[in-house]
Parts: sequence; structure tokens; C-alpha cells
Amino acid sequence: MKLREHGVWGALGLTLIVGGILVYADGGSLFTQSSTVSLLQRAAGLGIVAIGQTLAILAGSLDLSVAYVISLTSLIAAETMDGSSGMIVPAIIAVLGVSAGIGLLNGLLITKLKINAFIATLGVGLLIKGYLEQGYAGPAGSVPTSFQRLGYDRIGPVPLSVLLMLAVAGVAWIVLNRTRFGHHLIAVGGDLDVARLSGVRTDWVLIRTHIICSVCAGIAGLYLASRLGAGAPRVGSEGGYDLESIAAVVLGGTVLAGGRGGVTGTVGGVALLAAIDGIFNQLAVDPFFKQVVRGVVIVAAVAIYAMSLRRKAPGKVATA
Amino acid sequence: MSSLALRARKVSARQPILLILLTLLFVLAVRQPEFYDPASLLAFLKRAAPLVILAAGQYFVIVAGDFDLSVGSLVTAEVVIAARLIDGDPSMTWPVIAIMIGFGLVVGLANGLITTLLHVPSFITTLGMYLILVGAVYTWTGGSPRGALTEQFRMLGRNSIGIVPYAVLILACVATIALLLMRSDFGKTLLATGDNPRTARLSGVPVVRARVIAFILSAVFAAVAAILLGGFGGVSFQVGAGLEFSAITAVVLGGVALGGGRGTVTAAMLGALTLEVLFTLLNVLGVSGALKSAVQGLIIIAAVAIGARRSRS
Repeated sequence: MKLREHGVWGALGLTLIVGGILVYADGGSLFTQSSTVSLLQRAAGLGIVAIGQTLAILAGSLDLSVAYVISLTSLIAAETMDGSSGMIVPAIIAVLGVSAGIGLLNGLLITKLKINAFIATLGVGLLIKGYLEQGYAGPAGSVPTSFQRLGYDRIGPVPLSVLLMLAVAGVAWIVLNRTRFGHHLIAVGGDLDVARLSGVRTDWVLIRTHIICSVCAGIAGLYLASRLGAGAPRVGSEGGYDLESIAAVVLGGTVLAGGRGGVTGTVGGVALLAAIDGIFNQLAVDPFFKQVVRGVVIVAAVAIYAMSLRRKAPGKVATA
Repeated sequence: MSSLALRARKVSARQPILLILLTLLFVLAVRQPEFYDPASLLAFLKRAAPLVILAAGQYFVIVAGDFDLSVGSLVTAEVVIAARLIDGDPSMTWPVIAIMIGFGLVVGLANGLITTLLHVPSFITTLGMYLILVGAVYTWTGGSPRGALTEQFRMLGRNSIGIVPYAVLILACVATIALLLMRSDFGKTLLATGDNPRTARLSGVPVVRARVIAFILSAVFAAVAAILLGGFGGVSFQVGAGLEFSAITAVVLGGVALGGGRGTVTAAMLGALTLEVLFTLLNVLGVSGALKSAVQGLIIIAAVAIGARRSRS
């Protein structure tokens, strides 16, 4: 249990130390402000999505539609604002409303029509993708400079976007650990039938979880709109936010089957991915090779978690 | 008696997809009678062959209770590797085809062993493999595909014997192999594994071996699909993009349950065929290509919702 929750932070520390030495030996420095800031800014978007994904996975579900929700909401944000500061609040409300609606749809398909979460969210993602491809050929709308500050400002060395991610993480942590809904969510992910028989309204818990997950993707869409200055119909899918967010969650020690894990690990997972990126950038390693390392790291991490889990509970082998 | 009951269950599992397929074929017959000319029908089958082959491969993995998200990237990797190794040299065609099959075998074996022996969920294993393959191929080629395929290589995807394209013959072979495999002891082992791995293991079914073989079959079938797709079009990093989700969609559309243990390989292949007929029909009806994915999304949600309703009642 301990390894699962804290292992990723240990791995992060080790990566930073080893990477720092390697970069130093190479004649560079890992912690130049500009490189760190740009890495953190990139990590923040993935982090916000991954926090929502953590809740979905903890509840025994998952969400493959987030990448398209990000693209869609970036467009809604930029087109509603259309360059005027006065429209920022309506735009944010529109984004949150639309993403919540998509989450509601996901949740209803999964609970009321009993569609497997993989298929339901893949299907909803394809629906949004079709809408985007039909309606948009390229970037659209524009974001006023006042809103772009969300993407570029920082307080001291810390980008505003990282604070946003930490705030989302903090809220998610409180929801999971300090509210009845959070306990119900973990119970549903641990064993749906047991939770139902214990009086948890499992359908309602899953629906709310999917709404939260989609809203997180919507917040990431707002953030990316502020970074890009416009809405982009392919920003989510090209960034691979669907599969990468799931990868970050399991890297952080949350079990794919649900019921175990938390947002702290996910933030660590995102930070670890960003650290690997940063070290490789500094060492000027082929950028494509990073992808290979990511794949290996994710599989290896889950293999180690699985091993430690089996050592704790011999005979109880977790499958799939 | 029991074999009769089994047969009845098999037919009912196949029915919904057959119904959808026949409806679509009927609409096509009304709107585009030329579709049924032998030549254009064969051309359609040729176009559909890669997805049907991928769906058959994905079926083995899904029915055993796993996922294979790496097939799309494997197809891309195979085509890029083939182009670089052949590099326009005709004498390299057959050795490289052997290498492609061999590479598929190794990737499938790795997926299978990591999933079963290291207890990594297959979703993660094959997601990792996807990242590794994409990254490795880009690294190896420096960002853009190099080399060229030979005419001999492309022949398999492009040419025909008489009016029958090679691709259709290959599809027929793969389909026969898939059907025979599911009728063999291995097929029963696979179904038992997907239905309840614990029960299967306790009753002496070689669960690990069955799952590993399923991953190998999926990857080798992907290699075969890559040979056809390489012949169809140019060499690019986009050849296999998204094929993993199309294959999974096709299998699920065929009524095969995610989580394993239910559904037939015939239904999975019919699911792929249905998707391709649907795309053809959308073209005929003049629905823009961009809406293709939206329709695909609707169909898959509807098909699975109906399937879930039937299985409950």
C-alpha cells in the first residue's frame, strides 16, 4: 500500500537526482528557470485531465472521451470570448456546462443503458470528433490577452497553471477523502455489488464521477485555449490526452480496476513524466526516444506495483 | 442436446450483427445496385480485408478477457520497417515479409508475457507497447519514413488472380485459420479463460499459455494486415493510426463482450465487415467523411446498448 501511494514520489526524487547528475556531467543544468517553467506548464494541462481521470478510474470506470472534450471546450471558450474580456465569465460557464453535460451523458450511458465504460466513452468521443471534423478545419475564435495570463503568468517561479492544477488536485483530494461521496466512490470502485447492497446509490455515484471527470477535461480545455490564444479542434487528440492521462494515473499507483489509489499519486505520476521529459530535453536525446522510455516506465511501474500487491496478499491474484 | 443448445446460442449471438449487416446491404442494393457487380464486390472485400483480419486477431485477445491497444502502432511499425529494409530491392521482398511476421510474433509474445507473468493489466501493457512502437519507429527513421516498397511487395495488396484479388484470398485463409482455431481445443481453452480465469485455472486449463497465444495471434494478424495496407497506399506514419479502436469497435459490434468469455470469431469478423459496409453506404449517401466518426460512435453505442438489454432479459 505504501509503495503504491509513495513509490512514484520516490521514483521522482531518484529520477531528478540521477538526471541532475547526468545533465550536470553533460555540462548543463537541469533547473534553469525557463526550462522548468515550460515543462511545468505542459505538465499542468495533462495533470488537470489526469486528476479527473483518477476519479473515474477509482470508481472502476474510465473516460476515453476526454481528449475530444478538451478540443471542444477550447473552441467553445475561444469562440464565446471572441477576443473580449467581458465574455470570459460567460465562456467559462459555457465550457463548464457543456463538459458537465458530456459527463452526464457518459454516466447515463454507463449506468442506465449498461454500456461498458470503454465503449460508451469511446462512442461519445467519436461523436464529438465527428462534430469537430465537420465544423472546423483549423483554429477558431480568439482569447483576450487578459485570459491568456492564465497560460503565461507566474507567481515567482511557479506558473499560474500549476497552481490551478494543484487547486484542482486539492479539491479532488478533499472530495475523495473527506466527503461521503468520496467514500462511496471508492466503495463503488472496490466492488460495485457490495456497494449497492450496502445502500450506496451506485448509479448516481458513477454519474457524478463522470461529470467531475469531464469538467476537469473542460478546465484543461480552458487552459489550453489560454495557452494557444484560440480554440483548436485537434489539440486534445494530437496531445494524446486520453491514453496519456490514463497512463499518468496508473503510473501514480491507482489500480486500473478501481477502488485503490488517489490523486496524490497521479500528481506524482504527471511530475515524473515531466521530469523525464525535462532531463531528456537537456541531454538533447532524440525526442521520439522519450516516447519509448515513457512506454517502458509505465509498464515497469505497473509491473512493480502488481508484484508488491501480490507479495502483500499471496493467493489473491488480481487479474486484468 | 448440449451441442444443439450451444449451436442455438451461437446463432442467437450472431443474429443481431447479421440483421444490421443485411439491412445495410439491402439499403446499398437499393441506392447503388452496381455495388453487387462481382468486380466491385471483390474490390469492396479487398478494401475491407485488413480490418476484418485485425478484428479476428483482436477477437482472440478480447474473448480471453484482455485488450490489444498496440495493433494500430504495430501496423505502422511493420509498414515503415518493411519500406526501410526492402528499400526498393526486389530480392528482399520475401525475406522482409518473413521478418514482418517474425516481428509481429515477438511483439505479441512480449505483450502476452508481460500481461500474464508480470500481472500488468493488458490495457497498460499494450498501451505501453503502443508508445514504445511509435517512439521506436520515429527514432529509427529520424522522423520521416525512408526507403521504398517493391512492386512484388505491393502485389499482395494490389493485384489479383483473374478477378480475385490476393487480399481476398489472404482474407479467406486468415478467416479459415481463425474459425479452425476456435473449433479446436485451443478455442475452448480461450473461451473458458475469458469466462472465468480462476475457475479455468483451477480446472487445469493452461490459462497463461492461452492468453499468450491470443496476443501472438493478434500481433501476427496485424502483421498480415500491414502487408496488405502497405500494398494499398503509400508508406506513412498514419497507416495504422486509430486501427486499434476500429478493430475493438468491430469486435464489440459483432456482439463479443468486453471482459471475455462470450461471442464468436465469425461475429467479430462480421462486425468489421458491417463497419466497412456502413462506411461505403455513407459515401454512397453523400454523407461527408468528417461525419464518419460521429456515425461510428452512434452505431457502436446503439449496438452495445441493445446487446446489453438483450442479455439482461
